[in-house]
Amino acid sequence: MDKTPPTMPRQSWTFSNEVNAEIRRAAATGIYDIRGGGAKRRVPHFDDLLFLGASVSRYPLEGYRETCGTKVTLGTRFAKKPIELDIPITIAGMSFGSLSGPAKEALGRGATLAGTSTTTGDGGMTEEERGHSEKLVYQYLPSRYGMNPDDLRRADAIEVVVGQGAKPGGGGMLLGQKITERVAGMRDLPVGIDQRSACRHPDWTGPDDLEIKILELREITGWEKPIYVKVGGSRPYYDTALAVKAGADVVVLDGMQGGTAATQDVFIEHVGQPTLACIRPAVQALQDLGMHREVQLIVSGGIRTGADVAKALALGADAVSIGTAALIALGDNDPKYEAEYNAMNTTAGAYDDWHEGRDPAGITTQDPDLMARLDPVEGGRRLRNYLSVLTLECQTLARACGHNHVHNLEPEDLCALTMEAAAMAQVPLAGTNWYPGKPGF
Amino acid sequence: MSTIDMAQTPLRQVNETLQAQALAGANAEYTLDNPRGAHAVAVGLNGPLSVRVNGSTGYYCGGMNKEATITVTGSAGPGVAENMMSGTVVIEGDASQYAGATGHGGLLVIKGNASSRCGISMKGIDIVVHGNIGHMSAFMAQKGNLVVLGDAGDALGDSLYEARLFVRGSVKSLGADCIEKEMRPEHLTLLADLLAKAGADAKPEEFRRYGSARKLYNFNIDHAGEY
Ligand SMILES: Cc1cc2nc3c(=O)[nH]c(=O)nc-3n(C[C@H](O)[C@H](O)[C@H](O)COP(=O)(O)O)c2cc1C
Repeated sequence: MDKTPPTMPRQSWTFSNEVNAEIRRAAATGIYDIRGGGAKRRVPHFDDLLFLGASVSRYPLEGYRETCGTKVTLGTRFAKKPIELDIPITIAGMSFGSLSGPAKEALGRGATLAGTSTTTGDGGMTEEERGHSEKLVYQYLPSRYGMNPDDLRRADAIEVVVGQGAKPGGGGMLLGQKITERVAGMRDLPVGIDQRSACRHPDWTGPDDLEIKILELREITGWEKPIYVKVGGSRPYYDTALAVKAGADVVVLDGMQGGTAATQDVFIEHVGQPTLACIRPAVQALQDLGMHREVQLIVSGGIRTGADVAKALALGADAVSIGTAALIALGDNDPKYEAEYNAMNTTAGAYDDWHEGRDPAGITTQDPDLMARLDPVEGGRRLRNYLSVLTLECQTLARACGHNHVHNLEPEDLCALTMEAAAMAQVPLAGTNWYPGKPGF
Repeated sequence: MSTIDMAQTPLRQVNETLQAQALAGANAEYTLDNPRGAHAVAVGLNGPLSVRVNGSTGYYCGGMNKEATITVTGSAGPGVAENMMSGTVVIEGDASQYAGATGHGGLLVIKGNASSRCGISMKGIDIVVHGNIGHMSAFMAQKGNLVVLGDAGDALGDSLYEARLFVRGSVKSLGADCIEKEMRPEHLTLLADLLAKAGADAKPEEFRRYGSARKLYNFNIDHAGEY
């Protein structure tokens, strides 16, 4: 007898294996998934843009012969002592607590060798990073863990954190495994608790208050230090305009791909706008206020290559900031730890349970044995190398477009590969002179 | 004793003078006239200095104070003595929101009432309020002591960590994870000392103590509604 042909087993797109696994995990534990890193979904990004390069009307500069400047000055608006960086790439704020002491030291060493700055984070300033960072930005966060006037005065700049791209509107999290005696002491908290830090500043709300808060910080530090305001990529036009109005010297804008030490997955994947979509509105706000290049714009969230750097600058940023990429340069998610990742049911490249503090690379951990694996001197060298490559790549692209400084890159140097990227970056779709929303069409 | 007239002197110059004098450590005495609600008055003082402000101040008076003694004869705006490290700040009138926010040490005395979020996120400061305090006071308070001679508003001590709260009057409601706790002899001794330092005429025995139930310290599905 003829057998009826079997139907092919068909997986649901809506209820994919990944979705179902999360439903089972939620049912078993009763708590949302917490993880580190940034958004993993694909969103329009710098990869969707291309440089046009030189042509008859634009001649290129000779690589290695004709200079292409990379220096950036941050804080020219009000600060008596602006920060001078050799390269347009800075190290983003990552808390001691989420990162180990050796990791903070390595970031400081690498940044200093490359002539750039590094940034503290939620959890205060450590000797490791102050000692090894020639230029250190001190974050002023809602939690105010370890905040004190002495560290404020020994910082080179102050960054008031309003939000982060991974979680605009969310507070910090550091779970018990990482609240060791040292971390707890710096935060004035009991050892071993699951620490949730506030999402709003305790003593100001709104732009009018922020202006007074910035005044206070300037009065405490004698108007010396550049004051940055960091916002997550949610309403970049208004947030940038309001930060400028409140008196910021520098705006730090972090898109949704931006990393975090530990946040709910639902927050990371579903809140905020892609980095690419945030830059033009922020630059527009600066231009509308006559403040472009007077108040500097630092962009972060998914910067990986010199091409990303160059594209962010071409769209109008003054500098970029990196978090995740710097950790990868130090050894995060390195395949050499594959066996250890497998033992934690994951694989190199996908390891994101940074909050559990079991990082085999010794970076997102407070475990003395694990962190001893990270040599801060070697780590610093690796980071310096990586920063050099980003800079060289960025210069290569700028020269190809005929610019003698990376800040001369401009939107006219770009085209977009997709409609989405064309709309977000406001540069023409390749092969056309049009982008969605372009006036006159 | 030196006097600065704030009607004639820019804020920058006022703070610069006070900061230099504090750093000199000579225990000098300064009077500020006509503060007229100015913001960030006497902030970032870093050494022994006595400042008397004749009138009322705006936001963040005495912010990040170390060692200095600051007295405001009128009322103080939001965030008075925010993030204070040590020293003493005394407000003879009332204080607005977030008094003593995130303070790490020292003593803040408010002779009148304090508004909402008094002692928010405090990290070691002692705060004594002679009058009442508003809602959400001591929210996420980590360390230190908050003493209230009058009443407390809604949601006192919500998401409290290890700060101790002492209230003599009524408490409109307690916030998540804040409970009344037993007053032990060491608490009475501590309270007597704080009341004396703050010039408060009250007996330790008249107060009740509140603290953290510590149920939110580590995630527990059965307390999910409290988060
Ligand atoms: C481990 C880790 C810890 C972080 N901690 C902080 C923090 O304490 N404060 C903050 O403002 N941002 C924090 N961030 C976000 C970074 O400052 C930055 O916005 C982000 O990493 C940039 O995106 P990228 O990782 O794609 O480069 C952290 C990021 C990571 C990866």
